[in-house]
Amino acid sequence: MLRIRDGRVIDPASGHDGIADVWIDDGHVVAVGRAPRGAGKAREIPAKGMVVCPGFADPGSHLREPGYERKATIASETRAAVAGGFTTLCCTPDTSPVLDNPSVLEHILHEAGEAGLARVVCLGALTVGLQGEVLSEMHALKAAGCVGVTNLDRAIKDTAVLKHALAYAASAELTVFLHAEDYWLARQGNMHEGPVSTRLGVPAIPASAEVIAVHRDLTLLAEAGARAHFCRLSAGDSVKPIVDARRRGLPVTADVALSNLCFTADDVGGFDANFHLRPPLRDARDRAALRKGVKSGAIDAIGAYHEPHDADAKAAPFGLTEPGVSSYETFLPALLALVEAGAFDLPAAIAAASLAPHRVLGQAGGTLAVGAPADLCVFDPALRWVPTAASLLSAGKNSPYLDQPLTGRVTLTLVGGRIVHELTGPRA
Amino acid sequence: MATPDIQLDAHGRLRHFLAIEGLPRDLLIQVLDNAERFAPVGDRAVKKVPLLRGKTVANLFFEPSTRTRTTFDLAAKRLSADVLNLNIEASSTKKGESLADTLRNLEAMQCDMFVVRHHVSGAADFIARQVAPHISVINGGDGRHEHPTQAMLDAFTIRRFKGGFERLKIAIVGDVAHSRVARSNIQALRTLGVADLRVVGPKTLIPPGIEAMGVTVCDDLDEGIEGADVVYMLRLQQERMQSALLPSPSEYFREYGLTAARLARAAPDAIVMHPGPINRGVEIASVVADGPQSVILEQVTFGIAVRMAVMSMVMGTQAQTGAA
Repeated sequence: MLRIRDGRVIDPASGHDGIADVWIDDGHVVAVGRAPRGAGKAREIPAKGMVVCPGFADPGSHLREPGYERKATIASETRAAVAGGFTTLCCTPDTSPVLDNPSVLEHILHEAGEAGLARVVCLGALTVGLQGEVLSEMHALKAAGCVGVTNLDRAIKDTAVLKHALAYAASAELTVFLHAEDYWLARQGNMHEGPVSTRLGVPAIPASAEVIAVHRDLTLLAEAGARAHFCRLSAGDSVKPIVDARRRGLPVTADVALSNLCFTADDVGGFDANFHLRPPLRDARDRAALRKGVKSGAIDAIGAYHEPHDADAKAAPFGLTEPGVSSYETFLPALLALVEAGAFDLPAAIAAASLAPHRVLGQAGGTLAVGAPADLCVFDPALRWVPTAASLLSAGKNSPYLDQPLTGRVTLTLVGGRIVHELTGPRA
Repeated sequence: MATPDIQLDAHGRLRHFLAIEGLPRDLLIQVLDNAERFAPVGDRAVKKVPLLRGKTVANLFFEPSTRTRTTFDLAAKRLSADVLNLNIEASSTKKGESLADTLRNLEAMQCDMFVVRHHVSGAADFIARQVAPHISVINGGDGRHEHPTQAMLDAFTIRRFKGGFERLKIAIVGDVAHSRVARSNIQALRTLGVADLRVVGPKTLIPPGIEAMGVTVCDDLDEGIEGADVVYMLRLQQERMQSALLPSPSEYFREYGLTAARLARAAPDAIVMHPGPINRGVEIASVVADGPQSVILEQVTFGIAVRMAVMSMVMGTQAQTGAA
């Protein structure tokens, strides 16, 4: 038995927020507060001054294996994930070969099992090879264990294909994870269309590329009767149509990538490839609307959207670099900075990073309720530290936070009651 | 903006010449003044000064160019440098070599300066951050971003004909959206004090938010060139003449082509400029291009002196010592 003592326990599922002990036995939470009946001798973990909360879940983890081991491996990234407080990762299907059949899924789950750190679930490809033409064998993917299907940011050009794919996913009872983007408006762009793209002369993606696609997808979803999750919204105007659709009874949820809550197109400034993201960082008005959306609950979840890259992927002129940020290990301090800035309160932040994405993925974690799997993290909200290329555990060093002082760090992570990460050594 | 940080050394002297944005007015004036000293070199019987003797300049052109490459070539030779012209579009990249690897190989050939043209915005900035510290990089045009030596030769031309910048009304006409010449000119002319700077073109060719760069936007040519002292016509790329951006070259000429009648709306002594090569009958009528108000060929000539000035400045050799 484990007893995590005297921490500030935040459990959004129950609304609990206060100093308490968390008792863990046989891989599950057995009590929060007083010792459970018949508790024997427990190993004690002091957590005074720390926050104890459910582990985070990332709805879009690019684990790079199989096929892109030069960037990262499941072993390296699950290690980085637990160091960042993540206990559940949803692996994206942009592997090589593409995860459009059960054999790739089995390989990923096997490797994740070997690594034995974070829990890994997978999204299957919505279309064969993510090519947007032929539907994947969704029933087979579901039977093998995929928690949903997606075409990622490979926008489906042909609206008829999209309509059919949504209908087929509905009959397979699979949630479709949508990256809403109009192919034609987005295809040549590398950043948000606005004053910065105009000044830098970088081909741009207008906000309308996303907003139009959100409206289109909602219309098609209503027809198809499919369940959908909108991934990494970037435009402020995308929020309202989703809220309206939910009011009409459509089963839709949405998330935002943490980067889009922290940065804007201004941060691209002088062609900094660490800010090359897809969908792109948009303007301050969009960022404010997205923050507001999280606060109001219009946007359910905040994702890490971890995209580790090798150095070569970012060593090119801006438009020729690959988009994405390696984000697990800096996720918590970035989230705390948003709380500090007043974007939303800490329980709301934790709910959006743990409870909500677990629910979207249909997973049991994200809560400290009695009987729940003991997937949790303990963090020191005041610990100051500086991430460096050498100290990041992720194989991807593509982070805008390198060599910058950050506040807040995960000190302990448990998956199924087992300690999978413990911060050791000098802490500053 | 990170670019200016690497353009200047700790003493504010030019190390690379990548973008006009971020460069102080004094430095732009210094480029123009140095170019004035180099201009007479071209009129001599022996058109050479020994400022860059023993230095090797590599012209790295990742996209085709005639005028810019030729004038950089001439400028380097008049400074007595050894020049290596590399048409990289046709060689390494087609074989799959990365830009970073191409640069490493050229560095191994012990060059001192790279003049770079590349089709992607930010390429010159990237290259300047990659190269060994003793190498200077000059941007010969990166994507749609900047073409800073073009802007300096344009500013030189304007100062020669108009005497200064502050009181001028200048209209830049045409495909601003895809033009690095327009962006560099806007940055340079605003820095040099032009208060009335207008961009003129159909809404499909004017990028959103360009007002933030200090210009006013006009989609009517007659209105846009009213009273202008300088009318700067941009080249319309072939691939845009008939596309989703424009219906046809003939409609473009009717609405945005500079004719004698239209030019009459500008100031009586207005000059007409163009970065070349011109499309006669598309953005400009021949009678205007070849007319008395056109300074298009002077721009080309001044380009050599301006590029000599920039090259000598980034190599740390002052113009005064050799050119006088």
